[in-house]
Amino acid sequence: MSEIGFVDVAMRFPARKGEVRALERISLTVPDGQFACIVGPSGCGKSTLLSIAAGLVTPSEGDVLVDGKPAYSPGADRGMVFQSYSLYPWLSVRRNIEFGLEVKRTPKPERHQQSSELIHLMKLDGFADAYPKALSGGMKQRVAIARALANDPEVLLMDEPFGALDALTRQIMQEMLTDLWQRYRKTVLFVTHDIDEALFLGDVIYIMTNRPGRIRTTLSVDLPRPRNFEMVSSARFTELRNQVVGIIHEESMKAVESELARA
Amino acid sequence: MSERVPATRPVTASSAATRRRRRSFVRTYLTPKRSIPRRTVLILGAVGFAAIIAVWTLIAVITYDPSVSRDPALRDSLQLVPRPDVVVVAWIDMVEHLGFPADVAWSTFRIVAGFALAALIAVPLGLLMGSFEIVRAFFQPPINAIRYMPASAFIPLLILLQGLGETEKLTVIWIGVFFQLVLMVMDIAHRVPSEMLSVAYTLGASRWTVFRKVFLPATFPEVVDALRITMGWAWTYLIVAELVAAQAGIGVFILIAERFFRADRIIAAIITIGILGLITDFLFATYHRWAFPYVEKVQA
Repeated sequence: MSEIGFVDVAMRFPARKGEVRALERISLTVPDGQFACIVGPSGCGKSTLLSIAAGLVTPSEGDVLVDGKPAYSPGADRGMVFQSYSLYPWLSVRRNIEFGLEVKRTPKPERHQQSSELIHLMKLDGFADAYPKALSGGMKQRVAIARALANDPEVLLMDEPFGALDALTRQIMQEMLTDLWQRYRKTVLFVTHDIDEALFLGDVIYIMTNRPGRIRTTLSVDLPRPRNFEMVSSARFTELRNQVVGIIHEESMKAVESELARA
Repeated sequence: MSERVPATRPVTASSAATRRRRRSFVRTYLTPKRSIPRRTVLILGAVGFAAIIAVWTLIAVITYDPSVSRDPALRDSLQLVPRPDVVVVAWIDMVEHLGFPADVAWSTFRIVAGFALAALIAVPLGLLMGSFEIVRAFFQPPINAIRYMPASAFIPLLILLQGLGETEKLTVIWIGVFFQLVLMVMDIAHRVPSEMLSVAYTLGASRWTVFRKVFLPATFPEVVDALRITMGWAWTYLIVAELVAAQAGIGVFILIAERFFRADRIIAAIITIGILGLITDFLFATYHRWAFPYVEKVQA
């Protein structure tokens, strides 16, 4: 069992006038082995929510529960992948992937075997000893994912991991990730603003409202698994997308209006 | 089919062709940020260097005053603007007969010692200031204020406090380097992407591990760069300190040369400092390339 949940999580930041309410009363649970996506307009606090899940940010109110137990600080049970890759440029691909294992003092032969496995799985063969500077964006993100997976976390938290990649690379990465999930069945919480990405990857989509961020709608994605890219053109996919687009559009309009009202 | 050449090829196209070529010159060399052929870069560099020597020689020839000395052996050397070749002869003379290498050794020792003492404290303190706001809040205001006080202005005070010995020289260099370096290192530490640290936490690393295995290595290449830059400034402070009062050193040598109207020796000494600076720079750059092969080269 490895599930992650939020109980009445709220986040407020002090501002010049009073405070900014970034997140309000977020409660949701991602059960073991589920791939959950959070989508919402930019600035809705979805990345903040993920940082709270990782324990990097302390919420103003509420709790994060990992397997029912509150988690107050970051730990190896919740691996994180950022949009900016955040690889360590002074470490080779292999040593980047082994970073968490080194922290845990895993014996070297075991470390080596695990990283070799992941290098092969993430199609990084031949790059084990390369420095990150030699890699393309897609490869860098594959190393970052491998680094998180090497630690065998309970939950994988992904903050717009493919946001910086070009459209073609992004599609390939999505396919790789869905295959990977099929294999490991990790509990995943995935933040994105790309609706197609959320539909393609997720079992369930949480659509957030404009600030203060709340969960506006929960949508379960009943597309069959394992998924492949032909599915994107299926009638059901289009139907679901129209549904999500409608809700997000409404929220984005509200965001624009509230910005105008403030100006 | 291959015979289809335009029937009327313009015969008097010379002016049009020139214009086209000129436009391509403009496009090749006068487009902002566009790189030019490697050969041109080298040629321009050499020409620039030669131009300086040429202008210098020209001024020397124009201002040549034969009445400075009745001794023909000294006439060239005593010119206020001596020719480049005279300076080269003076340099050889300095090295062979005037004990100049000892002065260079003294100055180099002071530079290395003063700089090392400054870096030894500035680098750790800068790293702490860049990573812990509590340290930064305490140290930054005074350091920022002192940074604008010129190190050379402290010399008379330091002479009163410390006398004319080596301590005074090292302190001048220390003041000149320390306050600049500490703020540069602080900035470097401050710029380490926080996500790099966040990732380490989510991989199970403790604060200490994150500091040691992520934060420190992330700053190293830029810290070496900062050392390289501040090392150059250290020379300025050293020479000023030596000009004021010292027993030996390049600064003293320059001062004595001035008393005897030997501009040739002054210039030779200044060029020596420049060459020493280039050597230090080269050593730092080589070390950087060797120690940090993973650093992405920024396109100049």
